Amino acid sequence: MQIKSYISSNCVIDDGIVYKNGKAVFENREAGVQDFLQSVYQHFGIKYPKFYKMDNLSKLGWLAAEILLKDNFDAGEYKPEDVGLILANANSSLDTDIRYYETAKEIASPSLFVYTLPNIMTGEICIRHNFKGENAFFIFEKFDAGFIQEYVNNLLNNNNLQACICGWVELLEDQYKAVLFLVEKTTGAEMAMPSNIFTIENILKIYQLENG
Amino acid sequence: MDKLMSDLKTQIIAQLNMQDVKPEDIGDDQPLFVDGLGLDSIDALELIVLLQQHYKIKLSNAEDGPKVFQSVRTIAEYITAHQNQAA
Repeated sequence: MQIKSYISSNCVIDDGIVYKNGKAVFENREAGVQDFLQSVYQHFGIKYPKFYKMDNLSKLGWLAAEILLKDNFDAGEYKPEDVGLILANANSSLDTDIRYYETAKEIASPSLFVYTLPNIMTGEICIRHNFKGENAFFIFEKFDAGFIQEYVNNLLNNNNLQACICGWVELLEDQYKAVLFLVEKTTGAEMAMPSNIFTIENILKIYQLENG
Repeated sequence: MDKLMSDLKTQIIAQLNMQDVKPEDIGDDQPLFVDGLGLDSIDALELIVLLQQHYKIKLSNAEDGPKVFQSVRTIAEYITAHQNQAA
């Protein structure tokens, strides 16, 4: 039997603006990507020294997850093995791959090398929140809402997971966009409405910022 | 030695992207790994790169790493000894 799943929370970071559940919660459109990500980190008063060591792709996804889950997720409700992470983007870790290639001409940077895989970002998020459920990172030419919806619903319907953070985290040079969804089998009364059901249509509305 | 240790603290912060840490936060004899400054194995590799880039010193024996990178003072002593050898 298909279980209806809900988007309990969503976070979009795009073009210098951070949106939480459709509302802009932070804006800094003047800064380049590096300074923008740091300004988001500082604005939300996060203390996590390892943040500074991450590459920009990981910082983007990590911050989006941080804001997505803030006040909307009770980790105590789930076992670590019941929460998963399914992400995708178009350019993999190319932004860091290029930087690493540049350092390798002299002395290769070990700390850059460890970020030359996009699923390092999923690892950073899992370490932060102690998620131990299935996680995967897919590379697509563009955001594929149908694939994400079907893949995540399968994991939830088959009881592989009880909750899943999923979406799109893309960054190459100064172009970036993160769209994350917290999908759960049940949700609070205020979120249990048709516009929050985990459907392709609702996913695309959030991705295209039509809910704001 | 004091000047070298002071330089090392600044270089370690820059090399390891420790933007929350100031040079004065790092004690001369404070352990750099685990319970001390909390550095990890990737940081250890970056410290090896730091020695190569700033002091042209290659850690000849990887097994010396834990002893050399115990604290800022032990790194400074290693640099001093190896620069003297080269001179």
